[in-house]
Amino acid sequence: MAEEIQLLKGNEALALAAIRSGADGYFGYPITPQSEVMETLMAVEPWKTTGMVVLQAESELSSINMVYGGAAAGKQVMTSSSSPGISLMQEGISYIAACELPCLIVNVQRGGPGLGTIQPSQSDYFQATKGGGHGDYHLIVLAPASVQEMADFTVLAFDLAFKYRNPVMMLADGLIGQMMEKVVLPEQRPRRTMEQIKEQCPWATWGKPSSRKPNIITSLELDSKDMEQNNLRLQKKYKEISDHEVRYEEFETSDAEYLLIAFGACARICQKAVEEARAQGIRLGLIRPVTLWPFPYKAIAEQANKVKGILSVEMNAGQMVEDVRLAVKGNVPVEFFGRLGGIIPTPDEIVTALKEKIIK
Amino acid sequence: MENDIFKPENLVYTKTPVLNDTPMHYCPGCSHGVVHKLVAEVVDEMGIQEDTIGIAPVGCAVFAYRYFEMDFQEAAHGRAPAVATAIKRLYPEKYVFTYQGDGDLAAIGTAETIHACNRGENILIIFINNAIYGMTGGQMAPTTLEGMKTSTCPYGRDTTINGYPLNITDLLVQLKGTRYITRQSVHNAASILKAKKALKKGFQNCMEKKGTSVIEFVSTCNSGWKMSPAKANEWMVENMFKAYPLGDLKDI
Ligand SMILES: Cc1ncc(C[n+]2csc(CCOP(=O)(O)OP(=O)(O)O)c2C)c(N)n1
Ligand SMILES: [Mg+2]
Repeated sequence: MAEEIQLLKGNEALALAAIRSGADGYFGYPITPQSEVMETLMAVEPWKTTGMVVLQAESELSSINMVYGGAAAGKQVMTSSSSPGISLMQEGISYIAACELPCLIVNVQRGGPGLGTIQPSQSDYFQATKGGGHGDYHLIVLAPASVQEMADFTVLAFDLAFKYRNPVMMLADGLIGQMMEKVVLPEQRPRRTMEQIKEQCPWATWGKPSSRKPNIITSLELDSKDMEQNNLRLQKKYKEISDHEVRYEEFETSDAEYLLIAFGACARICQKAVEEARAQGIRLGLIRPVTLWPFPYKAIAEQANKVKGILSVEMNAGQMVEDVRLAVKGNVPVEFFGRLGGIIPTPDEIVTALKEKIIK
Repeated sequence: MENDIFKPENLVYTKTPVLNDTPMHYCPGCSHGVVHKLVAEVVDEMGIQEDTIGIAPVGCAVFAYRYFEMDFQEAAHGRAPAVATAIKRLYPEKYVFTYQGDGDLAAIGTAETIHACNRGENILIIFINNAIYGMTGGQMAPTTLEGMKTSTCPYGRDTTINGYPLNITDLLVQLKGTRYITRQSVHNAASILKAKKALKKGFQNCMEKKGTSVIEFVSTCNSGWKMSPAKANEWMVENMFKAYPLGDLKDI
């Protein structure tokens, strides 16, 4: 079959890719700039074709707990929201991580804090990568930088979620969610049969047959000895994910004297900044973390040895730069440049910031 | 020999295998244990053990899943109706029930309760109204009676400070999505028999696609109320039944 190229918004591509990934359920609550996700699903009515359930909940508290229920029953379920809604979900996300439930949570970020702005931002980096909810847990965090990746990462996210029994967050932003680009959607995967669910999720609550003990999904363990073991089990899994699932992209790094680090929409802008800098004779490269957790510490540390300085470019007040500094360990200067409140930095601004803060 | 009496013809009672042998953590005299037993018996008699998924609350019944031989999920405080909604939507052929206290269902989870009922989710909500936060040590609940003493209203619930006892079950009757709503108790043999019938109906309704069933159990919390089990039952009959009268409120 010939690949069909479509022109879609990131949010639309996400919705259509979710259906094609074989998802069983989507639960959400409207919020700009990601409302097109549920709007697209409701218009397409996948329950009439693949059988996927789509439900508008009464709040993000409810939608994340619907995801909890569905995931704990072995189904492939997801939600999407934007920053304030993701804040409201944090208790549920912590429960989902604690119970080791596979699911996809999409944050199409807008500028905060508070009700903030509906314009794009990357200011939920800390929340996504350092916890957000209570307790010692990690989400696998994927940062798409194009509409194509909004679609591709939907499939990848579910695969990783089920592989590790861990929630995956797609940390997009209003720019990627709202802009239109050419995209080839993934092939339609069939939804898993009941037999496949039982085989893939023998731990889930799909109804106890006489052949097994009850399956219980709970995060409660009052005995500290056992609770410590639960935590150690989680930490072991996080180590395994860190060892195997780091993803990043390099751009013009082979001869680079200076380096930009940026993710998501900012990485797209930084590619242009690299071109502009090179046109001016500055040998600039870019590393784009694709997984924000696990973070590509090693790749950045290796590049750091070859360059004179690094600029972390983000649409926030300087969050990922802390991880860059952890990677670089003070071996070369690391500075930060960012715009706040929904303002998108231009390539010019980035090159100027590089000259002022790094090249001097 | 004394064991000679263990003959089939002498057997008057057998514990349902849907309830396991784990000793319950509930206080002697608490209503939770009786309601657990009734739920297990109904599931057993209906032959739906393999097709039933329960949702435990945060509250004294947080460990409900330890006692039932059924698949169970433990929901965050108040969120059981949302959790149940998703399971039932994704597995329409399963029986899905929540088991919640008054704080869980009528304070922190009010929105989830109302909206699951308003959508007419084909689930059964079992609501244990003991007018107090049992688990956290006896604080005021939304259902605490006027003048009733708890650790956070030590001089009695004052409506000028704390508002009025919330009769959420009456409120749910108004919603078009609810199908069967009844208020029961388990303080004597007659009420236990009635309660069991109500539970059976509630479970049966899960398959009929006609809306949500809610069964409120007006209950005692003798520890939280600081009364003997017998005195707590008397106090419940005298005071709780006035604010929360027993009987069917809706059955369509
Ligand atoms: C988000 C959150 N807030 C508060 C608590 C603490 N908490 C645990 S149980 C409970 C009250 C339970 O009361 P109720 O629902 O009436 O159940 P009961 O113990 O009386 O059966 C509270 C406030 C919690 N676990 N989670
Ligand atoms: Mg209570």
